[in-house]
Amino acid sequence: MSISREDVEYVAALARLELTEQETQEYTEQLNSILGYAAMLEKLDTSDVVPTAHAVPLHNVLREDQVKSSINHDKALKNAPDGEEGFFRVPKISLT
Amino acid sequence: MESVTIGKSVSELHELLLHKEISSTELTKAYIDRIKSVDPALQAYLTVLEDEALAQAAEVDEKISQGQALKPLEGIPMALKDNMCTEGIRTSCASKMLENFYPPYNATVTERLRAAGTILLGKLNMDEFAMGSSTENSYFAKTRNPWNLECVPGGSSGGSAVAVAGDEAAFTLGSDTGGSIRQPAAFCGVVGMKPTYGAVSRLGLIAFASSLDQIGPFTKTVRDNALVMNAIAGHDPLDSTSVPIEAPDYTKFLVNDIKGLKIGIPREYFGAGIDPEVAKGIQAGIQTLIDLGAEVAECSLPHTEYAIPAYYLIATAEASSNLARYDGVRYGYRADADDVLGMFKKTRAEGFGQEVKRRIMLGTYALSSGYYDAYYLKAQKVRTLIKQDFDKAFEKFDVLLSPTAPTSAFKFGEKSADPLAMYLSDITTVPINLAGIPAISIPAGFVNGLPIGMQLMGKAFGEGSLYRVAYTFEQNTNYHTLKPNLSREVLTGGSR
Repeated sequence: MSISREDVEYVAALARLELTEQETQEYTEQLNSILGYAAMLEKLDTSDVVPTAHAVPLHNVLREDQVKSSINHDKALKNAPDGEEGFFRVPKISLT
Repeated sequence: MESVTIGKSVSELHELLLHKEISSTELTKAYIDRIKSVDPALQAYLTVLEDEALAQAAEVDEKISQGQALKPLEGIPMALKDNMCTEGIRTSCASKMLENFYPPYNATVTERLRAAGTILLGKLNMDEFAMGSSTENSYFAKTRNPWNLECVPGGSSGGSAVAVAGDEAAFTLGSDTGGSIRQPAAFCGVVGMKPTYGAVSRLGLIAFASSLDQIGPFTKTVRDNALVMNAIAGHDPLDSTSVPIEAPDYTKFLVNDIKGLKIGIPREYFGAGIDPEVAKGIQAGIQTLIDLGAEVAECSLPHTEYAIPAYYLIATAEASSNLARYDGVRYGYRADADDVLGMFKKTRAEGFGQEVKRRIMLGTYALSSGYYDAYYLKAQKVRTLIKQDFDKAFEKFDVLLSPTAPTSAFKFGEKSADPLAMYLSDITTVPINLAGIPAISIPAGFVNGLPIGMQLMGKAFGEGSLYRVAYTFEQNTNYHTLKPNLSREVLTGGSR
């Protein structure tokens, strides 16, 4: 399975990354090299193996739903690059 | 004062404080002076908190003068890797993306170390977002190995290892996703523990790969390591992956006796890619343990060679998801653009470094429609096989032993041009994270004047056995007492 330049551009769009021409070239080569190496996994028959998502499985970690204080508004907004009147401000959202 | 205190272990410093031979203020000043003299060359720190540290130390001294009992870590100066949140103190993850991020809350480990009375000296350099094996991926600084300034300190917790090896902190914390505590500990000749997944809270640890990340201590001695674990381990209701069991007193495992203990030597960890000199050094260490009464036998972890590809697929997939939050809206870097989508793309293009972007690309690809089964799901199934290898081995053995890293520290630039070569250097450490088990690296000799580490692996929540073997080995060897030469000549010569 080899990765084309178009694949890299498609994945970059999914990942919301603007790539330079040089990065697109480099990542195409490097992803091919890394995934070429990863192809060794195909040698293993895993049809009967259950996947592991977490090594120490914990399920349904629940707690009582209690009202508690949390970080206040000013503190939560302090690191925002841009904001106004308690909101985060972003550039225009165009749907086209 | 520097000569009196610098280089002492946490437990020795505690005695000095307890008997009022030194105050916490004097001790903190000595470390600040030490940082000022060696850190321009070593570059372990990204932030030094001189005023804050001295204020904390004064509080501890006040307690001592009132005759209050002194906790084991009280008044001890330490530092944190810069991916652990510290309220109001910059937490950058060594990334341009978080260059101006001042967390509104503390990580649980930050809180627990504060409650233990420790003095926070500052924040330590690392590979950007903990992605790397050499700390060369930091946006801010090039941390050097104290044993040879032309070599990398290892990574990603390079600053944490160097601060301890260079006596710039009595102890530090690092995080380990695929070896990021153990490998730099090995490269710098200090003790580094990656605890069982779920043993130490991850709340406030900036996420890289959530099913693999774990925080642990860097120390000069095994006893110190157990003391720090006592302060940070234990259930945290705010981390839903924190395991709800009571943490033991880890110091009770510090016995100088391993008679009858069964140690397995997985042959795959001594195979291709392992420097023969490193293997020889570890073999000598194994002989020491046999002489001390351990029962040692070879064993096999047959799926080891599959660990690197499985790890890099799982870790990058989780990273691509975790790092989606850096969009320039709520915190972190923002680039200007006309519309919001352009802002996202430009922010991420400019805010992340090359290795982080490469991993986001790889992870996004592995999770993308049509490739999910072939890569991500396949890797998770292989993870099961790797975990089963360990389960089987631990039916026969108490502890497994290997080199921590295939080589000693390498030179700057030696591997940074070839990402795959850098990934392959993690072969001895990543299987442990996939299995979620604990492992410790302890100083075990030198190759070409550079330290090498012995890695001890245990079953889940088997940190006690690791401390027992590590302590016994340490009490019967002198590697941990050797210090790098950080004379003025060396420091100025190396920074050419």
